[in-house]
Amino acid sequence: MSLMSDVGQKATNLGVPLAVHMDVTYRCNERCVHCYLDHDDHGEMTTFEIKGVLDQLAEAGVFFLTFSGGEVFMRRDFLEIVEYARRLMFNVKIKTNAVMIHEKEARRIRELGVDAIQISVYSHRPEVHDAITKLPHSFERTVKAIRFLHQQGLRVTIANVLMTANSSDHAGVQELADELGVQYTLDPTITPMMDGSTSVLSLRIPGEELSEIFHNPDLVDNQEEFCAPPKPASAEDLEGYSCSAGHSLCYISPYGDVFPCVQFPLPTGNIRQQKFLDIWNYSPQFKEVRSIRVKDLTTCSSCSHAGSCSRCPGLAYMEGNMRGPSTADCEKSFYKTGVPTANMLRQGLTKPRAGAQLVQIQMAAVTA
Amino acid sequence: MPEECIYIARSSAIAARALAGEMMVMNSADSTFFTLNEVATAIFQAADGQTPLRDIVRNRICEEFDIDPEEAQADAKKFVTELSGHGILLVSNQPLVSETR
Repeated sequence: MSLMSDVGQKATNLGVPLAVHMDVTYRCNERCVHCYLDHDDHGEMTTFEIKGVLDQLAEAGVFFLTFSGGEVFMRRDFLEIVEYARRLMFNVKIKTNAVMIHEKEARRIRELGVDAIQISVYSHRPEVHDAITKLPHSFERTVKAIRFLHQQGLRVTIANVLMTANSSDHAGVQELADELGVQYTLDPTITPMMDGSTSVLSLRIPGEELSEIFHNPDLVDNQEEFCAPPKPASAEDLEGYSCSAGHSLCYISPYGDVFPCVQFPLPTGNIRQQKFLDIWNYSPQFKEVRSIRVKDLTTCSSCSHAGSCSRCPGLAYMEGNMRGPSTADCEKSFYKTGVPTANMLRQGLTKPRAGAQLVQIQMAAVTA
Repeated sequence: MPEECIYIARSSAIAARALAGEMMVMNSADSTFFTLNEVATAIFQAADGQTPLRDIVRNRICEEFDIDPEEAQADAKKFVTELSGHGILLVSNQPLVSETR
């Protein structure tokens, strides 16, 4: 076990929230075609409120802090928030489209000791990238910012979300990342919009293309192992959890709502009304999430993929049952290995049916 | 010969948090990740840039952990040298301004 996973296990055993993902705003300067957010401001936390939350998170033992959005730089106080977080000695990562990062901001980010920056790039072709973001010249501005950040010696990763419009561009984006001297990561996940609309799901790449991606050694490390047939789940696997959401990590929205994960919209409390640790330790929803072991999962506990599946409890929740299967992960398991999942067999399928009907549950405590 | 006076402060480039009494430390410059044992954690937490290392060891470490003072001073210097090599602690023979809380 690596030192990092050892620490993660220790945090889970002790009930310590080791990592928090905080969206500081849902406002954005881009209008990406696949985005699930409502970009209006429904009453974001103030600078003072966010600093108070950060104090509480430090006190609770949070070490890894990811700032995201919306676009984080839509907040004029964003670097002030980062500075405050760094004084509290968090390990800070930032997710951004980088359009508003110039040389001055890049230098400041480096001075503040930010650990890593993840930047969305959809294509190596400016016209494709800009058509997805709906912001003219966004490709040019984003790439320019990546160069500034890289020049500062910062650790930058290009995140390449794949959808129908750019499904053939991953090799080009990967080459661009190499040329810029930064890391590359690929994400084929598209989730429904916050208002419940599932229209964006039609942008998902077809399963057959997912199979090509998983079997491409340029995109997947240890490809043979990654795509190997599943091993039977051990007793330890069945006693374990499928994900650390709610166990050692959680998500906080710009309005102070706390959830197990950014992709797990189960409301657990609001930090404007309760202390963070009271929500983390005592909310019935967190307790329920933590009580679920792999052996308790309906259908999945008997699946041949149970020991290796990346099952997302949040996506399962969006399908209507946090103990049930996440069809998107069933698809991934099938296209990785060619072995049908228990969920597919139950429905008499030898191949995944296109697109699960996910429902993004609306935020409960959004303040007007 | 007068006793050497060393001041230590935590670098502002690092991230750190205690987990069950042991400090997790990560240096963003090279992403090295450490966990410190209880004694090392106590030294790290006392590294305010103002208190000489010998006082930290004598007043805090020896008292809290019941360690032989001479051995503790030598171990502490070794530990401080190692962590300063990784950019985690700043070391000076003058008091330092701490940039972390």
